[in-house]
Amino acid sequence: MLLLIQYTLIFASVLVLVALGGCFSEHSGVINIGLEGIMVMGALGGALMMKYLPAGLPAFAVILLVILASVLVGMIFSLLLGVAAIQFKADQTLVGTALNLLGPAAAVVLVRAINTAESVDNVSSTVAYGQAKKSFILNIGKFEFNWFMLVAFALLVAAYIVLYKTKFGLRLCACGEHPQAADSVGINVYKMRYAGVLISGGLGGLGGLVYITAGVSEWKFENGVAGFGFLALAVMIFGQWKPVNIGLAALLFGLFRALSNVYTGFDALVALKLPSTLYNMLPYIISLVVLVFVSKKSRAPKAEGIPYDKGQR
Amino acid sequence: MHKDGQKKEAILRNSGFQTILASLLCIIIGLLIGYIVLLIINPGGAGKAIVAIIKNFLYYPSSAAAMKYFGTTLVKASALLMCSLSVLFAYKVGLFNIGAAGQYVVGAGACLYFSLNLGMPWYVCLIAGVMMAALAGGISGALKAYFNVNEVISCIMLNWIGLYCVNMLLSQVKEQSTPYTKSLTSTNKSALLPSLGLSKLFSDNEFVTIGVILAVAMAAIVWVVLEKTKFGYELKATGMNKQAAKYCGMREKRNLILTMMISGGLAGFGAGIFYLTGIEQWMVQQTSVPAMGFNGIAAAFLGGLHPIGTIFSSYFIQHITSGGTYVDKTMYCTQISDLISAFIIYLCGFVLFFRIWLNRLLDKRDEKQASKERKGGEA
Repeated sequence: MLLLIQYTLIFASVLVLVALGGCFSEHSGVINIGLEGIMVMGALGGALMMKYLPAGLPAFAVILLVILASVLVGMIFSLLLGVAAIQFKADQTLVGTALNLLGPAAAVVLVRAINTAESVDNVSSTVAYGQAKKSFILNIGKFEFNWFMLVAFALLVAAYIVLYKTKFGLRLCACGEHPQAADSVGINVYKMRYAGVLISGGLGGLGGLVYITAGVSEWKFENGVAGFGFLALAVMIFGQWKPVNIGLAALLFGLFRALSNVYTGFDALVALKLPSTLYNMLPYIISLVVLVFVSKKSRAPKAEGIPYDKGQR
Repeated sequence: MHKDGQKKEAILRNSGFQTILASLLCIIIGLLIGYIVLLIINPGGAGKAIVAIIKNFLYYPSSAAAMKYFGTTLVKASALLMCSLSVLFAYKVGLFNIGAAGQYVVGAGACLYFSLNLGMPWYVCLIAGVMMAALAGGISGALKAYFNVNEVISCIMLNWIGLYCVNMLLSQVKEQSTPYTKSLTSTNKSALLPSLGLSKLFSDNEFVTIGVILAVAMAAIVWVVLEKTKFGYELKATGMNKQAAKYCGMREKRNLILTMMISGGLAGFGAGIFYLTGIEQWMVQQTSVPAMGFNGIAAAFLGGLHPIGTIFSSYFIQHITSGGTYVDKTMYCTQISDLISAFIIYLCGFVLFFRIWLNRLLDKRDEKQASKERKGGEA
């Protein structure tokens, strides 16, 4: 049971972070389908940082540096979306899809190049980071507390405050609802949209890092992040683009994802004799069902997906 | 002299020419970026590696071997062509079918199950693959039509669900000792697509079958349906404006679902003509969706969203993907071609901007010329 809670919380943290990323981007008016690719790149940044950090640093410094690396890489990668979608008015779905393909491909090429440079026979795309990972974890009895759970929660609160209680957040939302109106009162729509995309890149990158450090101590980048970026988008829609609801939705989805890891620990579930593949499918099936119920009266930002053109009326 | 200039401008303004120009630019820039990445990884062999990717089967000195691998590339390209047609068909109707990958998986699962477990002949297997894939696509369409579920997200979810289901289904027909499905040649020869002598043309490459020709024919059919029939017109009208289509008496919900079904069927057909040649066996422990469907997106956009254009772009994408296997593996990895094709898709996002920019440039030049002529007349 404790294990289930632990996994639920860590997967929920991933989903919260990435879904909040999507939330910021969409509130500014840019659909970010590329979160999956951004997660992979952020994870890569964090993993490489962990790999090359000198041993013996205090845990706090490790956590800070690794988070910084993944956030930065995620932001830089999300700029690809920003430039194409905001500056060049590209089709946001197309560019997002390109990012999803670009992220894993670039990560595999890079990691393999690093591995092959270390020894010619090593053609795997795996990065091991067992040592550094220990800094993230605090054992409370049998419960493995991960600092990222706290980080995710803190960011959730911060996102709520930023979006609803600050000038910046309200302006950001205005750009996603009616950019022309926002522009007419002196808000720079382009700048706001860049801000939205960059924030989503940072949060997405951090989410990717948390995902690969959840449970395992090495990551094979060929696997990408198994559709978690899209699950996060489903969480975001289920949460109706509102931080608090996103937090609750993430807990629900995290629970179903965690079940596939730990269902063998529950006698009642084992007795059902369902194939393990079914548990793997569960999060995706649930999200489809959930989407059916919530998509009808969607509260999506009105102007999302439409490139902003100053001359348009 | 003046006339020549006008002719040149007419060509430059032609939208077909602009599309081709834009696609070529995407390819060149994509390859260039690939070259730079290779240079960064290891400057020593970068030139050789990029040449290997572009050459692909020409890597073999003997023409017979080259012909044989040309055949293999063609078989893979025909499957890719079907996936890109699937993406294209949906996109023309305003839907982004990122689920082509999953529909391809479902099609492959149905084909292989019908051939290996039920012992059906190839045409039955092919139809089964198309039907099941159409069903998978239809689910996304119905969810969009009746519940307003974003088709991109539902497609991604169905990709994963489809993959796990197919893995479960095909575990029943896998070889005892390996994670691969039984081979078609040993289990059910009647399920192999007929070759009609085509394999002779490619140095007895038994995988080259009528599938290649069927795929090209499908591209032509898709073009005719979309551009020359009332049905295609209705679908496109629905995609442009659902409300207007409804107002005109079109059944917009039916059209949406039908589009996704056709789109899925096309992807399933691609899986059929690939797996029913026996070129590859399905690995039942796959943890990621095959890249074919995602590359289909690249091919569709690179081909300028024109069915005939996709024939060439699909071949090109497959050509460099296959070419990636010939790079020096002590320095680079084969995924470098995935990186290049991903960059090409990314660059395709700029095509619209490029065309607007080009037209504006031409307009400006026209204006200048016109004002110059006027001045000349006054003087």
